[in-house]
Amino acid sequence: MNQDPIIQIRDLYKSFGPIDVLKGIDLDVPGSQCAVVLGGSGSGKSVLIKTIVGLLKADRGTIKVLGERIDLLEGDELDKLRLSIGFLFQSGALFDSMTVSENLMFFLERHLKLPLAEATDRILETLEWVGLPEKLHDYPASLSGGQKKRIALARSVIMAPKILLYDEPTTGLDPVSVRLIADLIVRLQVERGLSSIAITHDLLCAEIIADTVHFLHEGRFIISGSLEEISRFDHPAIVTFFGNETTLTS
Amino acid sequence: MDEVGSKSFILTGITGLAIGVVLAMQSRGTLIRFGAEAVLPSMLALSVVKEIGPVFTSLVLAGRLGAGIGAEIGSMRVTEQIDALEVAALKPFHFLVITRVLACMIMFPILTLWTDAIALFGGYVESYLASGMDYRIFVSTAFESLRFSDILVDTFKTSFFGFIVGIVSCFLGFTVRGGTREVGTAAMRAVVGSSLFILLSDVVIVRISMLLFGDVGS
Repeated sequence: MNQDPIIQIRDLYKSFGPIDVLKGIDLDVPGSQCAVVLGGSGSGKSVLIKTIVGLLKADRGTIKVLGERIDLLEGDELDKLRLSIGFLFQSGALFDSMTVSENLMFFLERHLKLPLAEATDRILETLEWVGLPEKLHDYPASLSGGQKKRIALARSVIMAPKILLYDEPTTGLDPVSVRLIADLIVRLQVERGLSSIAITHDLLCAEIIADTVHFLHEGRFIISGSLEEISRFDHPAIVTFFGNETTLTS
Repeated sequence: MDEVGSKSFILTGITGLAIGVVLAMQSRGTLIRFGAEAVLPSMLALSVVKEIGPVFTSLVLAGRLGAGIGAEIGSMRVTEQIDALEVAALKPFHFLVITRVLACMIMFPILTLWTDAIALFGGYVESYLASGMDYRIFVSTAFESLRFSDILVDTFKTSFFGFIVGIVSCFLGFTVRGGTREVGTAAMRAVVGSSLFILLSDVVIVRISMLLFGDVGS
């Protein structure tokens, strides 16, 4: 297994006006590993993941993705690197005006320019992988929350990225759907060797997918380790967090 | 193009018909009083082609499209669809803004010509019903007062109005932050902003066209 960091963050700061959201984040994600960032609402999790992919600009610090300083890239260079990164949005972010098939085809058409038959095969294969081949011609509005997330996951992986970033992949889903999504995330790691960062406050999901867990509180990681180690760490924010959340074992 | 153009034909057609009929009905009495009923087609043509047609069409389209574009792009912003485009290395500005602005710039003049034609048809129908005016007299009187530059400038100024509606609505949709309430506000602002810019820019365009091509009848 390649242990060189695929994503390396050093001393990352981000503020919005007078509010300091990230205050010196350091994070290494080795190859084929999943780093889970846990934390309560408003702790800066979504800001962190959006900064990693360049949707937000960091105020200070460095972010290396696949050896390149993504925080310094712009325009076509940034776009080129982004093709190696898949992103699963909290809301799924499927295009409402397109069917499931069109949502997946949209990216393939524009980036890979595959022959239609090959592109269609890839779409079907990906939909089968997420267990929803029958939804090919459905619009996102007719899908359940869990189905939307699975289709969004299919769209995130269809370009065969090397890294996947998950922003609250299981928020608002029932435990069965949480397991389905979490199992898909694990399979991506095992079968395709993807490295990933998942932002979540869902302990059930974290328990299934995490190789390492980092607890974010008030813009800083207060502890990193296994979920079990973190759950035993004596800090008021962690005690409160674990008191409110449910795990597989609880 | 389909959303901007073909789906707006009925709306602009009804607008044109109402303009033509009402303008003819309201002007007839005054013109009769001055013994000038014969100039009604000419007056209708000048009013409709030079000002009322382009501005009314653009305002109606600003209402329909400004709200639609502002709300659509605003919803895409709050549901992270625009972020999804960006992360996928697809330029949201190209896909969402340029296409809509171009569609508006192309379709506004076409819809204006359509509205003008329907308005003149409405004016003729009113004239026929009120005084039995022959369509050949109506057409020849209507068009003898119009210059090609009138039709050209006053129709194609709506291309600029289309640009305004597209840009203002896309900008307000793009910059939405928050949720559904903010999307509604953006849609409303898109309509108000586009309408105001259309009216203000019309003053400037009319002034410039008068400087370049002279006043009516000059």
